[in-house]
Amino acid sequence: MTLRSEQHPLQDPQAQRARLEAVAVAPFADAVARAGWTHGLTPRPPRVLQLNLGKRCNLHCRHCHVDAGPDREEVMSDEVVDAALRWIDRGAFATVDLTGGAPELHPRFREIIAHAAARGCHTIDRCNLTILRAARHTDLPAFFAEHGVEVVASLPHWRRPNTDRQRGDGVYDASIAALKALNAAGYGRGAPRAVLTLVHNPAGAFLPAGEAAMAREWKAGLMREHGVTFDRLIALNNLPVSRFLADLDARGDVDRYLGLLVDAFNPATLPGLMCRDTWSVGWDGTLYDCDFHQMLERPMATARPDLRHADLDALAARRVVLAQHCYGCTAGAGSSCGGALA
Amino acid sequence: MADYYKQAHLQDFGRIGEAGSKALADKFFAYYGAVFEDGALSEREKALIALAVAHAVQCPYCIDAYTDASLRRGADMDQITEAIHVATAIKGGAALVHGMQAIDAARAKGAL
Repeated sequence: MTLRSEQHPLQDPQAQRARLEAVAVAPFADAVARAGWTHGLTPRPPRVLQLNLGKRCNLHCRHCHVDAGPDREEVMSDEVVDAALRWIDRGAFATVDLTGGAPELHPRFREIIAHAAARGCHTIDRCNLTILRAARHTDLPAFFAEHGVEVVASLPHWRRPNTDRQRGDGVYDASIAALKALNAAGYGRGAPRAVLTLVHNPAGAFLPAGEAAMAREWKAGLMREHGVTFDRLIALNNLPVSRFLADLDARGDVDRYLGLLVDAFNPATLPGLMCRDTWSVGWDGTLYDCDFHQMLERPMATARPDLRHADLDALAARRVVLAQHCYGCTAGAGSSCGGALA
Repeated sequence: MADYYKQAHLQDFGRIGEAGSKALADKFFAYYGAVFEDGALSEREKALIALAVAHAVQCPYCIDAYTDASLRRGADMDQITEAIHVATAIKGGAALVHGMQAIDAARAKGAL
């Protein structure tokens, strides 16, 4: 069930922001200032164009920060996709990163990949794996290999219990089948144009630790149990947004978890935060500093935060929007779409 | 028990040297930290061993700390509960194997 379909009060981004702001901890902006960034977080030249192609998904995972699911209808329009293609043509971005929902469900998914790859962009598909076993999508591993797409695949755990508990019964088996199909297409074997990255997030309200050791264990375990290989593992912190926030709230654990993130604030994560060089584009074309801001409807701090009307100079002069959920990206070893930061 | 076991003790444990014998406490924590680093055993395996021992010695502080440590390092609930059963088997086995002494004692008295 999505929060929207159950009419949950925390489906409303404003209600989520209010819940986080009600916790008695220092504003994130103060923590950033105390770390020496007295004028806030400045952006770097844009490097990543991250397109959230929509909220439709074949799964409805317990921790989804998008509140995605089969019942969601938000899909990026042709007008916004065309604007993205024009930005790619301008050569403004080294990386084009497709996410959702399940981005593969967008009717122009393959066109965007082919367009970006033809212009020399590094392309990323943020994949839930199970979609690769669905009708009309089983040929995607070959398509990815043809265009050198990096597959960044979410898999809560290399063993079944945590994966099915978080994502639904049967997801583990479908994920393993998808990983085998990716391996058969050349993925996960060290080839630079067939990179398979797995993404782990904790099963509950705690921070992941020991990313490197975890990667070794996952590699050994997946090889031993299934003969599956992958290139690298990244561990993400759960951010208190959307369904994970609702889960915390239902257990009366929001204050403790945000306190945990605050206590683990690590200033060394600030320089590498993805929000400094990423344009996160919502399904409706709105520009955000990151996908979490997108879900909480906090657009970029500029006059017209819209991909169709974006002004590079104006965006370079902005400050990154800071909010309480940002503590999730600066806790411990840090967290980003590329994994740990420090 | 609540007067003896307080959750705040766990957070404050690292400052125990402030009350006295600081040099010894510092040496203990340096050793402690080194023990749990990745080595021939992974950090996850060590956390699970610690969790099993914590149950055997029935230390609520350690149970709290090493449940968290095990989860953070990627252990799932099957692995955590198996570790606890290992501790249970050894504690139970330790009691039962002493039954051999009782048997010897009884045999010495001609009761067997």
